[in-house]
Amino acid sequence: MAIEIEQPRVGLSKVAVSKTHGEDSPYFAGWKAYDENPYHETSNQSGVIQMGLAENQVSFDLLEKYLEEHSEASSWGKGAPGFRENALFQDYHGLKSFRQAMASFMEQIRGGRAKFDPDRIVLTAGATAANELLTFILADPGDALLIPTPYYPGFDRDLRWRTGVNIVPIHCDSSNNFQITPEAMEAAYQSAESMNLKVRGILITNPSNPLGATIQRSALEQILDFAVNKNIHLVSDEIYSGSTFSSSEFISIAEILETRGYKDAERVHIVYSLSKDLGLPGFRVGTIYSYNDQVVTTARRMSSFTLISSQTQHLLACMLSNKEFSENYIKTNRERLSKRYDMIIKGLKKAGIECLKGNAGLFCWMNLSPLLEKPTRESELALWKVILNEVKLNISPGSSCHCSEPGWFRVCFANMSEQTLEIALERIHKFMEQRKRS
Amino acid sequence: MTQTRYYRTRSPEPEKEKTGGGGGTAMRVIVPLQGVVQGRGGLVLGSIIPCALFYFLQFYLKRNRDDPDDKNESNSTGQNPTTRSPSSEHLTELPGLTRSLSRALLSPRNSGPVSISARVSGIVKGGDSPYYMGLKRVKEDPYDELDNPNGVIQLGLAENKLSLDLVKDWLAENAREAILGNGKELSISGIAPYQPFDGLMEFKVAVAGFMSQVMENAVSFNPSQIVPTAGATPAIEILSFCLADTGNAFLVPTPYYPGFDRDVKWRTGVEIIHVPCRSADNFHLSIAALDRSFNQAKKRGLKVRGVIISNPSNPVGNLLNRETLYSLLDFAREKNIHIISNEILAGSTHGNEEFVSMAEIVAQEDTDRKRVHIVYGLSKDLSLPGFRVGVIYTFNEDVLAAARKLSRFSATSAPTQRLLISMLSDTKFVRTFITTNWERLQRMYVQLVAGLEKMGIKSIKSSGGFYCWADMSGFISSYSEKGEVELWDKLLNIGKVNVTPGSCCHCIEPGWFRFCFATLTEKDIPVVMERIQKVLKPVN
Repeated sequence: MAIEIEQPRVGLSKVAVSKTHGEDSPYFAGWKAYDENPYHETSNQSGVIQMGLAENQVSFDLLEKYLEEHSEASSWGKGAPGFRENALFQDYHGLKSFRQAMASFMEQIRGGRAKFDPDRIVLTAGATAANELLTFILADPGDALLIPTPYYPGFDRDLRWRTGVNIVPIHCDSSNNFQITPEAMEAAYQSAESMNLKVRGILITNPSNPLGATIQRSALEQILDFAVNKNIHLVSDEIYSGSTFSSSEFISIAEILETRGYKDAERVHIVYSLSKDLGLPGFRVGTIYSYNDQVVTTARRMSSFTLISSQTQHLLACMLSNKEFSENYIKTNRERLSKRYDMIIKGLKKAGIECLKGNAGLFCWMNLSPLLEKPTRESELALWKVILNEVKLNISPGSSCHCSEPGWFRVCFANMSEQTLEIALERIHKFMEQRKRS
Repeated sequence: MTQTRYYRTRSPEPEKEKTGGGGGTAMRVIVPLQGVVQGRGGLVLGSIIPCALFYFLQFYLKRNRDDPDDKNESNSTGQNPTTRSPSSEHLTELPGLTRSLSRALLSPRNSGPVSISARVSGIVKGGDSPYYMGLKRVKEDPYDELDNPNGVIQLGLAENKLSLDLVKDWLAENAREAILGNGKELSISGIAPYQPFDGLMEFKVAVAGFMSQVMENAVSFNPSQIVPTAGATPAIEILSFCLADTGNAFLVPTPYYPGFDRDVKWRTGVEIIHVPCRSADNFHLSIAALDRSFNQAKKRGLKVRGVIISNPSNPVGNLLNRETLYSLLDFAREKNIHIISNEILAGSTHGNEEFVSMAEIVAQEDTDRKRVHIVYGLSKDLSLPGFRVGVIYTFNEDVLAAARKLSRFSATSAPTQRLLISMLSDTKFVRTFITTNWERLQRMYVQLVAGLEKMGIKSIKSSGGFYCWADMSGFISSYSEKGEVELWDKLLNIGKVNVTPGSCCHCIEPGWFRFCFATLTEKDIPVVMERIQKVLKPVN
């Protein structure tokens, strides 16, 4: 009789088996529920409506129109003369014309109040890669980054997984509309120190995800002062800068630096992407803009792991350098997002739900704490499950964003048609009515 | 937290203090220690020496920890703490990235410029290796038959321009439709959104089909086991992250593609152990050599997690035969390690030898499949390096799950996926391309090798890749890396041809050079030969 010898299983790395990718959290679990039963206007009207994905689908038509009228962007022109060079182009500096187009687009978004040098732009395949890359460069394994809560759940993966860096939260709460205060920053810093973690930087998202609000000038000044004081880096993720409802309300860290004559700039790095403002997450276009030469050089080299397809660079260089297109797009996109925002806020108010006053982004920050049985994370998750399974809406619970106050939820409004949004609001209304009666 | 390999920053003055007399001090402590151990040292030495050692240990630890009480000492080395693994002196440096110091980066806390991580702070200036310097020179002064006849001719870049016209022609006819669709559906919404983040299924199907065609249908690839990445560069890195922990190692036969030093080691902290191949074996992989290297690593306390092979190999151009692949699998099974098979040039063979994929070897096997992972991409076989299309193909579900998630950091762009779905599904085009490409590669290879042979330069008989691996040891002034680099320099600056010296690829025998031929036209070959002839002055 043969003896069964069990083959030793060939092992994987700690990184591979770690759960730091965070995909077991409710944030991602909700997506799964949606995938299994997605709402469709005609074929599946009782399906789950996806309100947990911060995508911008309100301005596709503008992109389509441009591409229809400018075939050279997507096909290298008649006879494809530029194709050869483009196909072979894998220089990590990136296409100069594309960097110039990005720099000018970023300037337009900021109403010309800040200037961007194309040679300081490093291209990456998405902001996910940009944030991870910066973390590799600015911090060593075991070090810490301070991040204001609530924050984008993906940061747990992007900033920590392969880098081995820790996130120490800067707690913000509703008492002052979740604004970042010097006291909160200091407390986080001390907390890191007490855990023997070396703080290397502070990372802010401006406009904020999930709050849907821009950071005020005074707060930005305080944050920069804090970074200078502690001699740490400041990363400003401005991925939603083109999605503010009014152009004047967004203040970029670049503007603060400008007013300070670029003193202390070498510690500041801006992350940008076209995934939100242009609604092109599938294109994988991200950038790091750094005022620090060594960071630019190193980031460029490291971007070899995450280059943007030269075909895509060519397409977008054409599109974004077309001033007529880009100006019109920015303006129209803002108007439409603003309209959507008004629509959802009104709808929620009618249902008796309040939201944080927002002025940017693809979502609103909704307060359902009055509905919680107890002011705990467990109650929040219980409510989230009810909303997912009974109301059939996937929204993101604040705890998955590390919000210290239970009961807040992020609700996305730009990744669906107006009709679908209406249906979603009706469902919420019905749900609230039912609760009032019971 | 696991340790990481850092590129050390060193400050000149303190360095002298630290290392000066290190050896002597050690001996002065060890000898009496022996006496203590053997009971001859007596009470005094028996107490003084351990105390002294303890004191030195504390001193060493203090210097290497960031001291918050340090005030304005910009010369202090304590600011970028580094940890050395026992084998650090064997760590192969990133090609061209010298460990140069930047004063500006050594900043004490709370004063001076803000510091960046130790893991990258050694990389301030780079590109000093012949590999990168040569590429730079060509960029600055590129040869053109009419416009710049005295420019530098590029034979240092493993790119294939020979068949790009075929791709261009296909695109000229099909591109717009391919990317935007035929207008029936909302075309942008077809390519703009995220789903799915690990590649469109149609794309994976198209790539699986292409891989199969390229390998002459000897094996079929399952689209669900494909993870698309932005080029083969991140594919290699992602696999390194998945299969090894910081401080572990992979066995890699030399000479190897210089980029591996970056892809496998840089951010992962994983090490590469060189497994030398020799001219006596025509640089073929020897399992005995693998075994030797594995055992040496074990003795040094290095945990080997896998072997990385390239088939066809770069820079030599060898194909691994079936027997070797089976033996490799046996070896991996015996040591319970992984195999990463880099098959990015599978469709760029030009000889008559049969290409065999690792996928074919494990086609029948069940248990050993889990240790095999294949890297592929379109940069070489389809001449589209700019489009960033790489592939991880694995039979291991856990690796698949992890690699899928990690590919978020290095994903393929949607319009590119769309374009390639059309192109790769056009099997007629693919067939024509593969055949024509094979013919053109062969023609160039034969001419280049013949031309070199006429000058007394013999090449290894190879069947794959865009280059030949030539022996110029008869022409170097000294049989050493120095002699080799001198010849490289002459070829670049006097002969105005850029070739890759074997030392960049960690070849253990000096004098070997890689000559790439797929960026040339047939007319360029006699010009190249003339230029090389000018430089050569036989030494032996």
